[in-house]
Amino acid sequence: MSEATLSGAPSAPPVLPAIDRGEALWRRHLAAFFASPSAVLGLAVLAILLALAILAPWITPQDPYDLRQLDIMDGTLPPGSTMGAGFTAWLGTDEQGRDMLSGIIYGMRISLGVGAISVVFACAIGASVGVLAAYAGGRIDTLVMRVVDLQLSFPSILVALILLAVFGRGVDKVIIALIVVQWAYYARTVRGSALVERRREYIEAARCLALSKSRVVFRHLLPNCLPPLIVVATVQVAHAIALESTLSFLGVGVPVTEPSLGMLIAKGYQYLLSGKYWISTFPGVALVIAIIAINLVGDRLRDVLNPRLAH
Amino acid sequence: MLVYLIRRLSQAALVVAVMGTIVFLSMYAIGNPIDLLAAQDASDAEKAELARQLGLDRPIWEQFLIFAGNAMRGDLGKSFVYNEPTLRLILQRLPATLELALTALVFSVALGIPLGVYAGLKPDSWMSRTIMSGSILGFSLPNFWIGLMLILFFAVELKWLPASGRGETVDLLGVPVSFLTWDGLRHLFLPALTLSLYKAALVVRLARAGTREVVMQDYVRFARAKGLSYRRIVLVHVVKNMMIPVVTVLGLEFGSMIAFAVVTETVFAYPGMGKLLIDSINRLDRPVIVAYLMFTVLLFVIINLIVDLIYAAIDPRVRLVEAKG
Repeated sequence: MSEATLSGAPSAPPVLPAIDRGEALWRRHLAAFFASPSAVLGLAVLAILLALAILAPWITPQDPYDLRQLDIMDGTLPPGSTMGAGFTAWLGTDEQGRDMLSGIIYGMRISLGVGAISVVFACAIGASVGVLAAYAGGRIDTLVMRVVDLQLSFPSILVALILLAVFGRGVDKVIIALIVVQWAYYARTVRGSALVERRREYIEAARCLALSKSRVVFRHLLPNCLPPLIVVATVQVAHAIALESTLSFLGVGVPVTEPSLGMLIAKGYQYLLSGKYWISTFPGVALVIAIIAINLVGDRLRDVLNPRLAH
Repeated sequence: MLVYLIRRLSQAALVVAVMGTIVFLSMYAIGNPIDLLAAQDASDAEKAELARQLGLDRPIWEQFLIFAGNAMRGDLGKSFVYNEPTLRLILQRLPATLELALTALVFSVALGIPLGVYAGLKPDSWMSRTIMSGSILGFSLPNFWIGLMLILFFAVELKWLPASGRGETVDLLGVPVSFLTWDGLRHLFLPALTLSLYKAALVVRLARAGTREVVMQDYVRFARAKGLSYRRIVLVHVVKNMMIPVVTVLGLEFGSMIAFAVVTETVFAYPGMGKLLIDSINRLDRPVIVAYLMFTVLLFVIINLIVDLIYAAIDPRVRLVEAKG
């Protein structure tokens, strides 16, 4: 909660100071965001994971995809073993003698990348469709929303599975499938806020200035629908990552040559029953940490950007 | 009421037909199942013969017309791999999946309602905070990984429960079920728990929100003023009234449970419909994929309809005529 609401009487509606400059508003949101220790922790963890993923080739002891660096003699070593090459495999190795820590950092790269790229595209497509539907209204709006409702009535995992059954495996195909299952969320969110915003005076003013339709929609209407969109997008990154790992685990996601965290978990599955827990467990822990960190950030963003939804 | 039912059912038929068409056409536009089905050393002539037998040599519109015509009569084609009617394959595996999903539903209610009501009655206690944090975990953790960890803990380390399969079944009215045998129950427990955790987290949230809203109502205050015991107020007045949204959402979520069973069944090698779908995708067994999808869509539409009807029965304020919009 921002200080403005705390100082008011408990029964009165939150009194927000009148702010006409966008900059001051964002500064206030930032301050509110950093007031929550768990959100800051989530953001810090996320920043570390991102840095690891980006810097992967320079910081991992081994390039997990360079077959010359792999030694079959190092296969399925428990955590803390010393590898043939001299360094310690703190998280053990898989059946091909791949250092799990290196594998996880590279896998994080693919998982975060797939999640982020799919969300950016889904968000752009969904937001455009949603804002246009709201602005156009009438039959177009009804038609678009029917399609959105129809799609959202099916679980995303099922839609993604069918799409990948059609497309086949591949990082690009997983991204396309994730975009298809996600765009409808953004379309619905943006349409909801755009329906409210389009009745405001500034839209009327923009129209009176005879600005072009696309300018009104994309420069005036859309920017004012962004806050709820940002919240949905953050949480959707976590969903996308979880969905990608699930699809890869099922064997319809990324190919074996580009293992994401889900693929690493799937490969360790067969060793789990013989007590070699580390191959599946540690990539899973990395995945869980990433998802929780994103959710902590997303939760706080929701409270900050949309005070009505708090609690 | 009858008009409402007819309208809903015809909408359902339309959705199933459109979905079937889209999937059939896209499925047949790519990939060649002959390469996977024919023996490694099969000659081109043998492959052509196989394609002719399966009807894959005809133009796509002709294949589609044959498929659509048969589908009208309830025949969704034969599996390439099993050479059996796809609908029979799916129906054989349906009881296992339904049993899993229903057990998971029971688990999620049994876990979610007490925890959610507690968190709603005492929103500021540390127990409630723990419950709510736990529910966030239940929401966000990938389900298959939770399943793997349960296997690791209960099956590999403690050796209490089996890690895979369905166990012993007995026939109940001609349908094989496993919840009546001890071995079957042991096999059912871990997959059902895994599948239930996501929904349990959802139920906790709904139950907490519902409880917090209901305890503010005048009738609860009145019940308190009458001097009713706390127990009776909670069990009769609070729980009964907060159940309305829970039942609706759970009903709607039952369909997604059947879809998510695909993941759980793969993790636990549980012989249900979902496992059949994954196997069929890996073997390019197109007829099974198309039939599975059409069947699931139909199931979804029916579930949604039943939920609407139950909703109207629990809450007399809801009028179905208004809901048709």
